[in-house]
Amino acid sequence: MSPAQPTRRDFLYIATGTVAALGGVATLVPLISQMNPDASTIAAGAPVEVDLSPVTEGQGIKVFWRGKPIYINHRTKKEIDEARSVDVADLRDPQTDDARVKSGHDQWLVVIGICTHLGCVPLDHQGDYDGFFCPCHGSQYDSSGRIRRGPAPLNLVVPPYEFLSDSKIRIG
Amino acid sequence: MSGQTPHEAHGLRAWPYNLTDDDGKPYSPPAYEPPNGVLRWLEARLPLIGLAHSAAISYPTPRNLNYWWTFGGILSFMLGVQIITGIVLVMHYTPHADMAFNSVEHIMRDVNYGWLLRYLHANGASMFFVAVYIHIFRGMYYGSYKAPREILWILGVIIYLLMMATGFLGYTLPWGQMSFWGATVITNFFSAIPIFGESIVTWLWGGYTVGNPTLQRFFSLHYLLPFVIAGVVVLHIWALHVVGQNNPAGIEPKSRKDTVPFTPYATVKDAFFLCAFCVVYAWFVFYIPNYLGHPDNYIQANPGVTPSHIVPEWYYLPFYAILRSIPNKLAGVIALFGSIILLAFLPWLDTSKVRSATYRPLYRQFFWIFVATCLLLGWLGSKEAEGIYVILARVLTAWYFIHLLVVLPLLGWIETPKPLPNSISEAVLKKKGVVAAAVVACAVALGALAAFPNGASAQEAAETPNPPAQRWSFSGPFGKFDRAQLQRGFKVYHDVCQNCHSMRLVPFRALSEPGGPEFSEAQVETIASEYKVPDAPNDQGEVNDRNARPADYFPPRFPNEQAARAANGGALPPDMSVLAKARGYERGFPQFIFDIFTQYQEAGPDYIVAILTGYRDAPKDFKLPSATTYYNEYFPGHAIGMPKPLSDGQVEYTDGTPTTVQQYAKDVAAFLMWVAEPQLEARKRLGFQVMIFLVVLSVLLYFTKKKVWHEVEKPREIAQGQDPRATSL
Repeated sequence: MSPAQPTRRDFLYIATGTVAALGGVATLVPLISQMNPDASTIAAGAPVEVDLSPVTEGQGIKVFWRGKPIYINHRTKKEIDEARSVDVADLRDPQTDDARVKSGHDQWLVVIGICTHLGCVPLDHQGDYDGFFCPCHGSQYDSSGRIRRGPAPLNLVVPPYEFLSDSKIRIG
Repeated sequence: MSGQTPHEAHGLRAWPYNLTDDDGKPYSPPAYEPPNGVLRWLEARLPLIGLAHSAAISYPTPRNLNYWWTFGGILSFMLGVQIITGIVLVMHYTPHADMAFNSVEHIMRDVNYGWLLRYLHANGASMFFVAVYIHIFRGMYYGSYKAPREILWILGVIIYLLMMATGFLGYTLPWGQMSFWGATVITNFFSAIPIFGESIVTWLWGGYTVGNPTLQRFFSLHYLLPFVIAGVVVLHIWALHVVGQNNPAGIEPKSRKDTVPFTPYATVKDAFFLCAFCVVYAWFVFYIPNYLGHPDNYIQANPGVTPSHIVPEWYYLPFYAILRSIPNKLAGVIALFGSIILLAFLPWLDTSKVRSATYRPLYRQFFWIFVATCLLLGWLGSKEAEGIYVILARVLTAWYFIHLLVVLPLLGWIETPKPLPNSISEAVLKKKGVVAAAVVACAVALGALAAFPNGASAQEAAETPNPPAQRWSFSGPFGKFDRAQLQRGFKVYHDVCQNCHSMRLVPFRALSEPGGPEFSEAQVETIASEYKVPDAPNDQGEVNDRNARPADYFPPRFPNEQAARAANGGALPPDMSVLAKARGYERGFPQFIFDIFTQYQEAGPDYIVAILTGYRDAPKDFKLPSATTYYNEYFPGHAIGMPKPLSDGQVEYTDGTPTTVQQYAKDVAAFLMWVAEPQLEARKRLGFQVMIFLVVLSVLLYFTKKKVWHEVEKPREIAQGQDPRATSL
């Protein structure tokens, strides 16, 4: 057997093995991809419009966007003042109230009602800070939805939204 | 310990055959030697690698195995494919009578690669059966069931029975018309049992008919049985590894030279043929995914209407023919089950001591007659049970049993076998081709098919002409929809069809997705906003309508079936979501065979065009059954409930396309094809890539196989001592 032969044979084996391995990996693509959100789920995650006119001062409503509860609170003057009088530097997740609402619509707090600890839904208008209280592990958020006490690391998330008019918002 | 595998040490016989080495002493293949301390430690505690080594690497296989022996590996592969794709499909499927059909369409339309997974699973079942039939017939040809392989064979029959059950249960799950009525007919087999029959059937159904409880239990069992199959497959392979493989010569390997180690020899040979097999599999999945299915199963199950011609899946057809050929209910069911159970007794029905048909001149002929019998029974099972077909089915059913019960036992006595070779090594020197004989048997079966006119028995069928074949931009391996045509087709649907028909499974957003009419998103929003859908309840609990959004589905035209019928002269306008796949026509022999190669999948749109353009004045001798039916040349029975829907100039086209009925019909049929198969372009595009890949890999594996086997297949070089290593084979 000449020395050239094993080389050619080895090349054939490596080429075959490589092509087969590539095919095996490519086969995983559909098997993994199928678990991602399907087209109907993505389409159902489109923005939702919410009419705020029925929500009076001091009231809050809960709507759903992408399956997540969204708290929309019509804050009282007291609640706004409380949120603004806090020394931001003392907060666990420092953020001003201004940064969490739309300017000119200071009375409206819109947050995703999912505790940043482990995903439970906090109760609205509960706890020591006129905000939210998570019954699972005792996290407390203030009237701006910022974390004040308990195990949660971050403030309640503000979803993307915009005011279409003074009494109508679009979330998403 | 050296020279022994761990399980030999426990008294289990590890190696098949009684092989001798070159020096005449007993030979055992080399045992696994753990290469390092860690593996030695593991091996002493759990000899898993050693087991795999002895089962899949050093395990001796006869060196003369031909490609028919690769189907065992192919079957294992197909079982794996079915289990994996099945588990994935279950993540998206809903086993409920109200939702099953829709969830399957959801998989086809919305789930990422859902169409691929479902077509792999549905066609995978067929490929599984193709492989198992070849595997079974191979076993019959080479007498693989004879001592000492009886248990191996019986386990195989059990697997086959489990496969049939699993396939049947799975076919119920899409909850189409064939699913429902197939389930009804098959479960009614048990009503043939005297006294207890009816109670058993009610118990199977969980109700008074096939219904939601039936679907849910069938789903549960369909998920369970593949794992039972996998368990019996383990026993099957275990039994195989105890007695060793049979081989084309049908004589036991005697010396080490009669065998080769499983790896690399059998491994690479199996891999090559598996890859070639996958080319066929992929052809079906990507190019003719609905060829083996039935259009009626794209119609949602309707307990009130049985399809005019119900047939099981192709792989049950021979047994279905046997069932129907016996004019007594109980006897028919017994014959059906008997025809399968008898296979388990083959080791004792076949009285010949010679295994391989290669050395049995008479048996070989009867074998091919038996193959042709089974093929013809399959064809008859797909035909109407009337006229010549019944007589033919009875003759062939009789022959099926005569072959097994009379011919096989007698042949052992009257046949003079050819002299057997002394060894496998001697046998390989003079090989015989089975392929030629297989081709002859198939040709005989096909020739017999051709001898009978198609559909001659059904008078209606003879009177209804086949729809003319149209040219479609989306046919063939590189087919794509014509966007302008789809947009025109939508206009026809919008202006005409939707006055009576609905398209409830189609979301508006699909109109802008790639591979369809590709309207702009702004256009789709405008289209959607024309429709009203119920809004969420307001604070007072009232449900008002709102304008539809792209994520919504085309709303139903009528609130319920009764309203639809009342508005349409008693006829129910079918939903159009999958209409193009739910319609078709009998292609007949030999056309249905050519269709595999020409990738004809356009029977649905062809039929729709034919119906839309097929309105004529009724011939004088034809009497329409009622004033609300109309004469249509291409409608089965000619009396259609839909009045002529299209007339020239009815729909305005802005692109200068002629506004004729013919053009409208073509455009709307193309649109409906896209509606029914929105992922068609993605399928064909991916199909081409997969085909290229499989062909390249097949070629590479072929040459790899040639290289690996070179030393075995060129014994002269060994004799001449050109490669000293070769002598150690």
